[in-house]
Amino acid sequence: MSSYLSARELAAGVRAGEWSAASSLEEYLGAIDESDGEVHAFNVVTADDARATAAAIDEAVAAGRDPGPLAGVPVALKDNLCTHGVATTCSSLILEGWVPPYDATVVSRLREAGALIVGKTNLDEFAMAGSTENSAFGPTRNPHDTTRVPGGSSGGSAASVAAGFTPLALGSDTGGSIRQPAALCGVVGMKPTYGRVSRYGLVAFASSLDQIGPFARTVDDAALLFEVIAGRDPLDATSIPEPVPAVSEQLDRGVEGLRVGVVGELMGEGIAPDVAARVHEASEALRAAGAKVEDASVPASIFGLSAYYLIAPAEASSNLARFDGVRYGLRVDAPNTNDMMVATRTQGFGAEVKRRIMLGTYALSAGYYDAYYGKAQKVRTLIIRDFAAAYDRFDVLLSPTSPTTAFPLGDKTADPMAMYMNDVCTIPSNLSGDPAISVPYGTGDDGLPVGVQVLAPALGEEVMFRVAATLEASVS
Amino acid sequence: MARLARLELADDELDMFTGQLAAVLDHAADVEALDLGDVPPTSHPYPLKNVLRPDVVSATVDTAEVLGAAPKVEDGRFRVPAIVGEAP
Repeated sequence: MSSYLSARELAAGVRAGEWSAASSLEEYLGAIDESDGEVHAFNVVTADDARATAAAIDEAVAAGRDPGPLAGVPVALKDNLCTHGVATTCSSLILEGWVPPYDATVVSRLREAGALIVGKTNLDEFAMAGSTENSAFGPTRNPHDTTRVPGGSSGGSAASVAAGFTPLALGSDTGGSIRQPAALCGVVGMKPTYGRVSRYGLVAFASSLDQIGPFARTVDDAALLFEVIAGRDPLDATSIPEPVPAVSEQLDRGVEGLRVGVVGELMGEGIAPDVAARVHEASEALRAAGAKVEDASVPASIFGLSAYYLIAPAEASSNLARFDGVRYGLRVDAPNTNDMMVATRTQGFGAEVKRRIMLGTYALSAGYYDAYYGKAQKVRTLIIRDFAAAYDRFDVLLSPTSPTTAFPLGDKTADPMAMYMNDVCTIPSNLSGDPAISVPYGTGDDGLPVGVQVLAPALGEEVMFRVAATLEASVS
Repeated sequence: MARLARLELADDELDMFTGQLAAVLDHAADVEALDLGDVPPTSHPYPLKNVLRPDVVSATVDTAEVLGAAPKVEDGRFRVPAIVGEAP
């Protein structure tokens, strides 16, 4: 059955005419039909569009044309990525029913690569929070145990890959929103270097932190998807011009001689012992494969959470000012424009979004700016310096992705601070702008997946993927 | 804060948010307490220079489609309620 093929194998078979994109698509749509009622990975399934694309790809193959590296591969998109003609909601009432007039650049690149876009996945409203319970359209459930959360905010994308609905998915990662759900759902999830992937058409949350990245069942498939979406885009002035490394070709080079550091600050208080044990096993596996493994220190990373929860809300309060009932989405009528904006935002935004907007408005307000936002930006500099010092000694760093395995639904919804603690290991690389990947590495005492995080310096995706591939091989 | 952010809160929401936001700011006290006098702030994690693109006409989004997604439109423009004379 093709849902057990990797994306690379599936595309190779379609391109060679060994099987049709149309027939393999039906297997995936069947799986969604059968199980997504329970999992709720998708806000919308675009089956007819995907079928039309699949037919066009099969025609292209029959005519001797190459439909591209992702020919016939079903892909799920986080519902904060704009899709021309298909509603994009950010799982918020304020954007319910909004149909974007253009495709995000990553969506265009997927289409050009021959991918089949099968739907838009659920998220925490505007990508804020880490459990995908905070959606206007109801929670997503973890396919490994539907009483547990899938993590978030890209929980729908992680669940789609974990449930076998799609071999690949895209998410966005502002404080860990790709890596943490990947860890909790037992799949691979990766945040590229800041600027590596165009954000044109990604609904902005915190612009100095947001990055789009891949979900996949294997490291090789994540590398394949990364190569398709990465690279400079004139439509995003913050996308970087550096050439995209051919990471797939380097995956089997191994880790002989690489220097690996285990980050002490991310292994102590708050990290569940069974999760820490898997990270130790991962470091031993790398040692056995020829890497030199030592303890590493990124001292300022302990301030990451505090700095993040000032910087991200500050940027969000500014970015989300655009949702005012004038140009798109919900409008709640009122006699004058100011009252209309207040009524629209009050009715359209959920509690977590309101919390962050108020927190950010406060952190940016006159009199508090220096104490909060300004201080947090300086802490960011310290974190960048400490990572730079660590990367003088090490090629990559290792840590848990999430402090715990998947927690029960409802466990942390009443306590925002407990929810924010989920991100303690993932936030530092958003603040530094460096790439990081979560690789499934065994299970916790509860039998649920554990993710190990590999962190690398900016533009270090090639070595990061190599280490990830070695870890993957050592566990399976 | 809610007023500045164009949000209206019910009394019970106000109580809930006040406690929750205080908890986050308490946590941020460790950052507030640091002495970071001469450390420069970082607003963007990757060094980039401004570049210019050729000044040529290129494809853009369709105006009708953009307006079609708006709540209210008149004469090819976004329509809003009265602005003049309203409270700030």
